Amino acid sequence: MATVLPAPPRISDIRDDYLALTRRKRMYGGLLLLAFIVTFVAGFQIAEDRNAGSFAEGISRIFDFPHDLISEAWRNAANMPAHAANAFPALIETVNIAMVSTILGCLLGTALALAGTRGLAYWPRLIPVARRTSDVFRAVPEIVIALVLIFIMGGGPVPAVIAIAIHTAGAQGKLFSEVNENVDLKPLDGLASVGATWWQRTWLGVFPQVLPNYLSYSLLRLEVNIRASAILGFVGAGGIGYELRNAMTFGQGKFDQAAAIFLMLFATIVVVDQISSWMRNSLTQGRAA
Amino acid sequence: MAMLDHTDPREATIKGFARKRAIALAVPAVLIAYLGYIFVAFDVPGLAQRANMDNAVILLSDAVSHKIHVTQDNRRFETSVSVEGSRRAAFSDEQMPDWVDIADERVTVDLTNGHVVTYEGPVITYDLPGYGPIRVTIGETLMLDLPQGGAVPDFINASDSRVAVTTPEGRLTVTRSRADTFRYFFGWEMFFFDLQSAYSGMGPGAVMAAVFGGERLYPDLPNWQSVVRDVWYNSVWRHGDVVWAIGETALMAFLGTFGAAAFALPLAFLAAQNFTPAQSIRFGVRRLFDFVRGVDALIFTIILSRAFGPGPMTGALAILITDAGSFGKLFSEALENTDTKQVEGVQSTGANAVQRYRFGVIPQVMPVLLSQILYFLESNTRSATIIGAIVGGGIGLMLTQAIQTTQDWEKVTYYMILIVLLVIAMDALSGWLRRKLIKGE
Repeated sequence: MATVLPAPPRISDIRDDYLALTRRKRMYGGLLLLAFIVTFVAGFQIAEDRNAGSFAEGISRIFDFPHDLISEAWRNAANMPAHAANAFPALIETVNIAMVSTILGCLLGTALALAGTRGLAYWPRLIPVARRTSDVFRAVPEIVIALVLIFIMGGGPVPAVIAIAIHTAGAQGKLFSEVNENVDLKPLDGLASVGATWWQRTWLGVFPQVLPNYLSYSLLRLEVNIRASAILGFVGAGGIGYELRNAMTFGQGKFDQAAAIFLMLFATIVVVDQISSWMRNSLTQGRAA
Repeated sequence: MAMLDHTDPREATIKGFARKRAIALAVPAVLIAYLGYIFVAFDVPGLAQRANMDNAVILLSDAVSHKIHVTQDNRRFETSVSVEGSRRAAFSDEQMPDWVDIADERVTVDLTNGHVVTYEGPVITYDLPGYGPIRVTIGETLMLDLPQGGAVPDFINASDSRVAVTTPEGRLTVTRSRADTFRYFFGWEMFFFDLQSAYSGMGPGAVMAAVFGGERLYPDLPNWQSVVRDVWYNSVWRHGDVVWAIGETALMAFLGTFGAAAFALPLAFLAAQNFTPAQSIRFGVRRLFDFVRGVDALIFTIILSRAFGPGPMTGALAILITDAGSFGKLFSEALENTDTKQVEGVQSTGANAVQRYRFGVIPQVMPVLLSQILYFLESNTRSATIIGAIVGGGIGLMLTQAIQTTQDWEKVTYYMILIVLLVIAMDALSGWLRRKLIKGE
């Protein structure tokens, strides 16, 4: 019995099909792009309508404020070191807020990640609870928690620390649990076979594998949190942001003070970014022991 | 031979263990020392005194309940009843709740459990069962008559100019200018319809019945339209404004993120080693990215709000400029990781420079770029809340305003829930788009 094979497609058919497919794909891509551009332009129009000043007007004035700031700072350049010295404790506070909230947030994030990873969790039934907890922590913007805590505790660094730490815990909980999912389970089996407890397995089997990644993510988070802690200060949570807001509300005549704070904030962010990226490089390339 | 000099594996291992153990002890010790320093520097012990737990109680109870004020103007002796003391939410005579009785010379407020407050012109009485009537007479100063004489009990806070009586049933505050009685109720009052609406006080069933058949409550509109209109223009909860504010926040994130990507992509080519051989250009563009990232959203927000005034455009531009730096860096790294073979392949067919980029490079980097853009979109939704609070736009502004009044805690709760829902929705949307566009599912 001879099997009847379908007639082989002719080359021209294949080419036509391919071209039709390409055309269709391009058309979809073009439509998508068009829809996106329309949305973008419409969104721009809405934002323009609902803004106090128009875009064109604002663009023409965009350098007015930096100009005032710089010229005033230039005129009073002699005062700048004194202003910087005045604001220095506030800067230290901002850096401290960022560091403490990163440490606390990453510790809590580690706990959430361990509790939320299949195969590593102490109570496997609570895995969904841990995951949803870190989702919710991640979704709440820092400002929401900070403002409420400022109402209860009064202004100062502690509300900012708690607010940033909660958000950090949520974000790191997710990142760390992704790291945990790639853990090689063989060392854990080995440890279990010699009778290690859950704590011993985690401490000796999991942490050595995940710690470099954890540290690298934590350093990245520190860069983010420095910015967050400066910005939270501006809404009342102490530190350099608060000083900046005060200097800004004094307005004209105090711009040299604002300029000094701008410079310090800029320098701090650049320095922290550089240190963190240097440390992360040494972690990934294994230079640091 | 040098290898053999010091390699005793056993000794090396023991040394390694000792070093590791030292690190394992030193790191927690340093951490604890640092946290101890912070404990002192941030004055955590003093926090216990500064923290106002009354505020926490007010916040928690107000978040889930509302109060109705019965207010007497102590100069003209007129009485009004309103939700949260808002003039927009004042009850008219027909809507007067049955626990308030306004007669000519005498207003009686029943606070349940036998607690009754009466206003008789300048004489205000709180009848407290088991204690007796507390009488305040308004004259040059406030005169307080206590039934049992003697010391003022701790649920009364009295001075010459102000008397406050606080009980679980309610609260009476008397000053020379006004007397206020608060009664607390569970739930968010008038969430859908305010008192001006014809639907005020209707249950969900009655509203449904009115929508599906039933007489027109407003002659000019069908019922389903007037329901939507009354909810949208609710004067207490301002749902229309809230929806706009949420939209503004999402819009800031959208315009900022995609605008930043559009600016950063061409610049990223200039910063990538394999596309721009000229080192000076590369260096310049990279330092520009670093500068923009270092200046930070806070500083840009302040500078831009001076030029553009409050509103979503300002917020969008602040996000745009900051993220253009981050995107520039990320995109140029992605471009440097592209495979040259595809570009050469396209080139071999006689493609010009633009075609080489379009067909040789973009398809390679697009998934990486898109996934980064979408990740930023989600995180910028959160930033847009904070930036909105600073520049004055979107839900962030409404939230800070509601918190600053320190009494609209139910609105604060409402806005917080909306913000979290918005972030979760953006997260879901960006996740969906990532799967759709990148993995092609």
